[in-house]
Amino acid sequence: MSSIGVDEWSSRVREEQSSASRPHALRRHASRIGWWPRLGVFGVVMLLLPHIGLSVYQEQVGINALLLALTAVGLNIAVGWAGLFDLGYVAFYGFGAYVFALLASNQLGQHGIHLDAFLAIPIAVVVTALIGVVLGQTTRRVSGDYLAILTLFFAEAFNEVTNNVDSNRLGGPNGISGVDPIHAFGSSITTPLGYYYLLAVVLVLVMAGLHLLDKGRIGHAWQSVREDALVARLMTIPINRVKLIAYALGAGVAALAGSIFAASQGGVYPISFTQPTLVLIYAALVVGGTGTLSGAAAGALALTVVTELLRQPNYAGDVFYGAILLGLVLTIRPRIRLAAMLGTLMVAGFAARAIVEAADPEWAAGPLQSGGVVRTLLGHWLIVPSSPTIPGNWAVVVLVALGMAATTTRGVVRDICIVGAVYAAAFAWEARLAAEPSITRQMLIGALLVSVMIVRPQGFFGFRRTAVV
Amino acid sequence: MRMLELSGVSVRFGGLAAMTDLDLHLDKGEIVSVIGPNGAGKTTLFNVITGVYRPTSGEVLFEGANLVGRTPDAIARRGIARTFQTVRLFPNMTVKQNVKSATYGSTSAGLLSTVLRLPHARREERMVDQRAEELLSFFGTRLLEHRWNQPAHVLSYANRRRLEIARAMATNARLLLIDEPAAGMNPEETREIGELIGRLRDERDYTILVIEHDMHVVQTISDRVVALDHGTKVTEGSFDEVANHPAVVESYLGRTE
Repeated sequence: MSSIGVDEWSSRVREEQSSASRPHALRRHASRIGWWPRLGVFGVVMLLLPHIGLSVYQEQVGINALLLALTAVGLNIAVGWAGLFDLGYVAFYGFGAYVFALLASNQLGQHGIHLDAFLAIPIAVVVTALIGVVLGQTTRRVSGDYLAILTLFFAEAFNEVTNNVDSNRLGGPNGISGVDPIHAFGSSITTPLGYYYLLAVVLVLVMAGLHLLDKGRIGHAWQSVREDALVARLMTIPINRVKLIAYALGAGVAALAGSIFAASQGGVYPISFTQPTLVLIYAALVVGGTGTLSGAAAGALALTVVTELLRQPNYAGDVFYGAILLGLVLTIRPRIRLAAMLGTLMVAGFAARAIVEAADPEWAAGPLQSGGVVRTLLGHWLIVPSSPTIPGNWAVVVLVALGMAATTTRGVVRDICIVGAVYAAAFAWEARLAAEPSITRQMLIGALLVSVMIVRPQGFFGFRRTAVV
Repeated sequence: MRMLELSGVSVRFGGLAAMTDLDLHLDKGEIVSVIGPNGAGKTTLFNVITGVYRPTSGEVLFEGANLVGRTPDAIARRGIARTFQTVRLFPNMTVKQNVKSATYGSTSAGLLSTVLRLPHARREERMVDQRAEELLSFFGTRLLEHRWNQPAHVLSYANRRRLEIARAMATNARLLLIDEPAAGMNPEETREIGELIGRLRDERDYTILVIEHDMHVVQTISDRVVALDHGTKVTEGSFDEVANHPAVVESYLGRTE
């Protein structure tokens, strides 16, 4: 690959520049456009999106996506930039939401406290940032796994407190309701669309601010701490202070998101700030690319949209088959091999169905779960038995077995395994999986995350890091 | 003028005496080499001066102020910077970012002024950028401009050592501690690094304490040589005096019966 006299990095960059047809060419084109124009385009698209006419449900999905993006962007400060493995982050999100809910509702009415939302948000942000400093200061001597465990305890402690302590004020498992909406320009924001716009603007502003920090003095300091904390100290960087700033800023962003979340749904509930939320935020950041703002936002949007699509069987089918096709296109080289495999798949499918139909029509009489284009395409190709449950279960087993076989074999054997696995996947989907959307959804999200991490371990926008020099 | 003065410094790790009652001094503008067999306490000496280890007893005076008990980053901000025996760059940061990161202690832009792009923050940013470029230019044809935006982990071994020196210079230090600069270098690179250390003093006014095993380098660059063994000073003086000292010969070559 690399020519003589050219070092490995230069040759790789040159090769990447010349091969625009490679799968990540899109990203490379995107990275040639500057960061600011990209943020501008992102902001304009987010603001124009509602004009295509969204349902209230779709606006709600938009709010969830933007909230996830905002929290992922905040998580990126400590985790992506400063390299602090913080598993307590979800507590900052909850803490901000609870502080806002307490101040901007009648919950503290007997103390005469019921603040305007515009006052409650900054207080929630500052108080939560201080909590971030406290957490950072108490855990300053640990890092890596130990830090993860300590911060996880912090998140669990928050969950215990909101569920069990002082339920007169914190509301226990029922949380706090009757939280004020946010006022802006003389009127309250009460519609989902209003919160969508608010969040879009806040997200763009937060990303802009954080980008400036990342490129500035503190950004370099965070990266140094992530790369080698001891050396960072010996290069004049007060690492404790630098880490605390990362915690505080991350907590502040989380609290901002939490406040808007509380205002948008008019209440807070402990269940919103537990481990599943944390996992979702981490997944968004990791899929998008740890250490990049664009990645955090893109990962969050993609993850929310995909998980929502998977709620409806029809869309779920599109995502399922789309992901399989995309996976094949991205991983099978050269193209001629992919064409051969797809050809084999088609011929084998039609042949198999013809044979089975001739032998026992009962075996191919079952209905396809998918509708629309997929049904037309797969109608004469896939075998679906009239009683599909048990064969469908076995197909899942076969799918897993062939998938595992494909990862350990090579050459023609591997190709045959993949062809078999794709057919088994289609069979399992039509016979069984599509009929069980709630279980399938979780499995598919997991499978998608695994696939993304295999194809692109550093995430959409991330960079591969070298551990050892 | 005394720049650095260690008096009666001892370092113990439990029962192990890594350094015992060491006296050492550096005058401004001097290049002093520390030699000694492996495990003699040379790197421990660097760790004591830079605050990584706290001496069990003794004093470390830098320009008259005691450094004992100060944190490594505070000591670095006072004007002592070092390189590492096993090169320790920030591998996933670019060459230029590596250098810029070390200017943290000598700059002051806060979060707010960075986000709001206030004039003094922008001025400082430009200054840091120019300083990084100027420092990298010190290495002439070795760290050329096309390398500045490459990640540090793609550099050759010799260039990593050079970048480490550039990063140490960026801290605005007056005293450089350079740990085995010629280790792993070929003869040509070794000669170059010797020249470079001379230039650091002559052109940039650094005072330099260097650990080195290559005796040709030690002979060329040193104003004074200190020989350590078992955490104590065996002898010190000019290269010829030290190299011919019976205890030094013995510690390197063993006893002749």
